[in-house]
Amino acid sequence: MSTTEIDRQWTTRLRRRAAGKLPPEKLLPDKQPSYVSSWIYVFGVTTLAALTVVIATGCLLAIRGPQWWHSSSVGLFVNSLHLWSVEIFFFAMVVHLWGKYFMAAWRGGRAMTWMTGVVTFLTSIGAAFTGYVSQSNFDSQWISTQAKDGINSTGVGAFFNVLNLGQMLMWHIVLLPLVAVLLTAIHVLLVRVKGVVPPFEDVPKATK
Amino acid sequence: MTKKAFRPDVDAPEWKGGYSPYDIIKEGTIALVVVALLTLLLAIVFGSPDEHAITIKTWSNAAPVDFATTALSELNGTSTTAQYGAPYNHGSTGPQLGPFTLAKWAGVRISVNTVNDFVIDPLKSQPSQPALSTALTQWSQASSSERAGWVADYTKAAGKMTFANGQVMVNSTNAGPVPVFIEDLTQMARSGALDQALITQAGFYTTNYTMPLLFLADGTYLSGLADHQHLTGDQWGMMNETGSYPGQAWLWLYTFWYQIPPFNTSANADVLVFAIMGLLSIGLLVTPFIPGLRSIPRKTRVYRLIWREHYQNQEKT
Amino acid sequence: MSWYGSFAALLPLDNLGHYLHWHFIDISIANVVVIALMVITFIAALLLPFPGRQRRKENP
Repeated sequence: MSTTEIDRQWTTRLRRRAAGKLPPEKLLPDKQPSYVSSWIYVFGVTTLAALTVVIATGCLLAIRGPQWWHSSSVGLFVNSLHLWSVEIFFFAMVVHLWGKYFMAAWRGGRAMTWMTGVVTFLTSIGAAFTGYVSQSNFDSQWISTQAKDGINSTGVGAFFNVLNLGQMLMWHIVLLPLVAVLLTAIHVLLVRVKGVVPPFEDVPKATK
Repeated sequence: MTKKAFRPDVDAPEWKGGYSPYDIIKEGTIALVVVALLTLLLAIVFGSPDEHAITIKTWSNAAPVDFATTALSELNGTSTTAQYGAPYNHGSTGPQLGPFTLAKWAGVRISVNTVNDFVIDPLKSQPSQPALSTALTQWSQASSSERAGWVADYTKAAGKMTFANGQVMVNSTNAGPVPVFIEDLTQMARSGALDQALITQAGFYTTNYTMPLLFLADGTYLSGLADHQHLTGDQWGMMNETGSYPGQAWLWLYTFWYQIPPFNTSANADVLVFAIMGLLSIGLLVTPFIPGLRSIPRKTRVYRLIWREHYQNQEKT
Repeated sequence: MSWYGSFAALLPLDNLGHYLHWHFIDISIANVVVIALMVITFIAALLLPFPGRQRRKENP
């Protein structure tokens, strides 16, 4: 087997590409530019932490199935954990979004980072919504019968039936979390590849 | 080769300054612990809401006249579902976005025939009751104009419907089998049998509640309860939660449009608001490419606060 | 009462909510609190000093 043959392998090429774009010291950095010094920077990692808690508590709810929390006080408590972690998740994500907007964090080839973030935000809204309509209680009865009109009006309702509990639950616990987590992973990797956006060049004489 | 001009809202200066130690794993661990503890605290203190689902049984026992009137509206084709259009039936064109009738184009994919699905088929599932069997035979053998005549006759008299001694009272004279239908469907509902009949149409197992939810939503009982909980559309209900829990506050902008003209009165509000939110979402997505919008951060100078340490250091040197 | 009875919330928010109503704006107190906290948190994050300044040197 020649060296060129190994060089041409998909595996080799993928490994080299990945290692070139994201060497270990970029993937898991031990230092960062000194302008990164504000509380606003903690809301990205807070969002990630909240997403972890959301998924963990969702997994706990999944163990005993979708009806458990109606009849068990432990189940209701786990549901409370799930609800409040979702509130924290959106809270942190919105503050993160405001912060990144005011930093114009898309500068310097970081537009894709911004865009994956926005799509993750929109996906999360869909994930939360399908959770609300999967509750199998009065709240979900009302929300689903109301929301159907909006979704039906776009034509999407013909395929995405918010009154179909089974379909909504599958979207809530399989499809949308999968998309949200994948997008989040891409978003975080892009941040690692591109680094944190530098400040605006405000004092011309100091930068040259 | 000429160098492209530096665009301050698109390009970022290269960082030539120093670096500080940064422990990403420690940061992530601290964040996880803090968020987990905060979640635990909020869950212990506030819990979460769980208002029990209402059933057609609870509805028809709490408001039998509303139930019977709704059942009649399914039979005479005046209910919201009967007149819905796609994706349920051909009852109307449905909402329009200018010349686009998106729902209609997507087609009738979740077929709902309110007469058969909500009234006749559930009644047929009842074990043999002579009066009901006779009524169902009479209905199946009648022409459509005969049926329409009976239903119209009953509808005319149903304005003065009452419920007394466990029975629906309507003074119709020539309504054929319709009084038996409404009475028996109401009894079926009050016993809980209709809940079962509506969800088991697809067989033994089901996870699909389209039929009972549509029926429930056609009455005024469900919306009355929702109104009490401040959940209806004109109460910004989409953002709200039962009790006094925070709701989907992130839907504030979506909810907002429904409160103002022309959307608060438009029959096409749903599709118009969806279109606006779609456009705004695309706007947020492509903010980095929209001149003006992408300059706001630089011009508002909020960044001076975020990076104030950096600028202070720069001024010193 | 079984041991898990203690899982009940201390201050459940199950009572009917209160609402701020001003012209066409109608919002639950709970949502106002959440949104206000978001704004306050954002402003606080911009204004509060971030610890560890000594360790960061711009020009090494």
